[in-house]
Amino acid sequence: MSILVDANTTFIVQGITGREAVNLTRECLDYGAGAKVVGGVTPGRLGRDVHGVPVFDTVAQAVAHHGAPIDGSVVTVPPAFTKDAVFEAIENGIKLIVIVTERIPRRDVAQMVELASANGARIIGPNCLGIIVPDVIKMGGIGGPAKDAAKAYAPGSIGVISRSGGMTTEMSSTLTAAGMGQSTAVSIGGDAIIGSSYAELMPLFEADEATEGIVIYTEPGGRMEAQLAQWVAENNSRLPIVAFMAGRFMDEMPGMSFGHAGTIVEGKEDTATEKIARLAEAGITVAEEISEIPALIQAKIDERKS
Amino acid sequence: MRFYEYEAREIVRRAGIPVTEFGFATTPEEAKAAAEKIDGPSVVKSQVLSGGRMKAGGVQFADTPDEAAAHTVDVLKIEIGGQMPRGVLVDTKAEVEQEYYAGVVWDGTAKQPVIIFSPVGGIDIEQVAEEQPDKVGRRHISNLRPLTGFEAKEVIASTGVTGSELNKLVPIVTKLAQLFIDYDMTLAEINPIGRLPDGSFIALDAHMDMENEARGRHKKLLAELGVGDDETREAREPTAFELAGEAVDSEDHRGVAGNVTEFDGNLGLVIGAGGGSLTLFDAVRAHGGKPANYCEIGGNPSVSKTCGLAKLVLQKPGVDKIAVMMSIVSNTRVDIVARGVIKACLELGMDPAEKIAIFRIPGAWEEQGFLILDAYGVEYADRSVSMHEAAKRAVEKIGAGS
Repeated sequence: MSILVDANTTFIVQGITGREAVNLTRECLDYGAGAKVVGGVTPGRLGRDVHGVPVFDTVAQAVAHHGAPIDGSVVTVPPAFTKDAVFEAIENGIKLIVIVTERIPRRDVAQMVELASANGARIIGPNCLGIIVPDVIKMGGIGGPAKDAAKAYAPGSIGVISRSGGMTTEMSSTLTAAGMGQSTAVSIGGDAIIGSSYAELMPLFEADEATEGIVIYTEPGGRMEAQLAQWVAENNSRLPIVAFMAGRFMDEMPGMSFGHAGTIVEGKEDTATEKIARLAEAGITVAEEISEIPALIQAKIDERKS
Repeated sequence: MRFYEYEAREIVRRAGIPVTEFGFATTPEEAKAAAEKIDGPSVVKSQVLSGGRMKAGGVQFADTPDEAAAHTVDVLKIEIGGQMPRGVLVDTKAEVEQEYYAGVVWDGTAKQPVIIFSPVGGIDIEQVAEEQPDKVGRRHISNLRPLTGFEAKEVIASTGVTGSELNKLVPIVTKLAQLFIDYDMTLAEINPIGRLPDGSFIALDAHMDMENEARGRHKKLLAELGVGDDETREAREPTAFELAGEAVDSEDHRGVAGNVTEFDGNLGLVIGAGGGSLTLFDAVRAHGGKPANYCEIGGNPSVSKTCGLAKLVLQKPGVDKIAVMMSIVSNTRVDIVARGVIKACLELGMDPAEKIAIFRIPGAWEEQGFLILDAYGVEYADRSVSMHEAAKRAVEKIGAGS
């Protein structure tokens, strides 16, 4: 099994005629069983097609054409138009929205998230590469072209959650090489405010029988790791977690932002050192190197089973 | 992007919040003129982006305009937190009966702004929260519903403030929250708000931070405040090397080959992407290496852009070798980065096999990339070599060479 998406998930691509979106659509159609990309939206481009996917002016047209509710949308439109696109998706009944776009002001993101919550929808991202269920479906650019994604990801029992898109693939590939596949890997985005944090995805992995352990990639900035530590402590989770923390050098450089917009360190609780301590307190093992992760998570899974 | 106090004060004033009479000055003459306008005792405050002004002697009190001018001469000479002041703010020395705190920040967990208020102002709000938690009120505000005023009322009332004090503070705190929203701030703080002997309230100091990603939609305000498009307002000013990195990155719009930060080591880094760069920079340091720079490649930049970045790093004084490393790429093409870095070496008359300590970029188009590297005898690694192992090899090589 998996979380968020499976072989039957239908989705559209908003901004489908952009260069990156055309590639992304191809990749999703080619990967695994072939994603059900039931339409694309670019205003003014009604009647065109992208790799056989029909293009519409509005989400409503795509839904009408499909003749049934559409599960998801991958949004890849310029930052100034993203809020509008996401509002449109939500108001047309879409429940899972992956926002690829970077550099969206956080007030816009917060508005999207609040409207999504009010309508029972979930946002992944922004500034993310999406979701992959190995050999089944990928929704977003995660893992790249189908043949590259197939090299890095394999089916299995580890849930992967990462604030970095590229590192989602690096960590999954390391697990795959060690013979440990992934149940679902989610690139959650590198911004200060994102639709779904670690703690907000944990209940889904907790309920997914196929998942036996969680691997996360984290960075300085924000309180997301503290929130995860708290969730783990309060929910007596069955899932062992191993974390990798990048950007430790940033502790010496308060006020500077590296890598992702969300990494700026504004307070003591945001620092790598503080986060590592909090995660450790909650029983989450923090790996020093990526290559240690497979053995660490395997040992924790074995420990829980015995 | 952090505003100077004199800019923040102006933003507060424009929002309709009462402020003391103040002026910005870059010379003693201007300071004297500003102090004459104030008509009474004044305060001369250094305009730097860092804190700790009082301790450093960057805040001086003056009874006369001449004294204000004299203090300005002194204050302008004092470096605070690594920065020379941009000028001084000449402010009214107000008679205050009580000081209050009001601030608005983002709560990334709740994904809403939160209003914070305390009747104990003038000191660090974190300290008040620790020592007198019942004196700090907090309340989240909706992202979708317009502010109406009761939100601020609830926060203020929760700290025990009532009567005419409450009613006079509500519009000030509401306006502060509104400006936080209107101008895409990540921090909007007035500390302190002062209560004057006549019972009125006035903003005495303000801190504002605007989100960088939103600067484009506040061009008018920024232009009126005199904030240049090129002012990064980072914790420190960009170096010439960093500015050169920006120039490389803006050469064309495809992909990223930039975000350069200068360090003083001997191992040049050509690394990517966001998370990969953070991981690799740590990895180099963990193995005892001394990076000459931080940077990021991503989003499939052109050969010429990658070449430009590599050249910049190769030419940096003190750089012995470069390490070209990324996490597994799916969008950026391995062969394009390989071409870019080899071209950089050749154009500078350097031997790629000698200058490139290691090339570790697995992923899209790696077969083609590895062929090119083979042709020039550059040591490379695929995904079977971890990022940390690659960093270690680079550090060992540079150690053996120096």
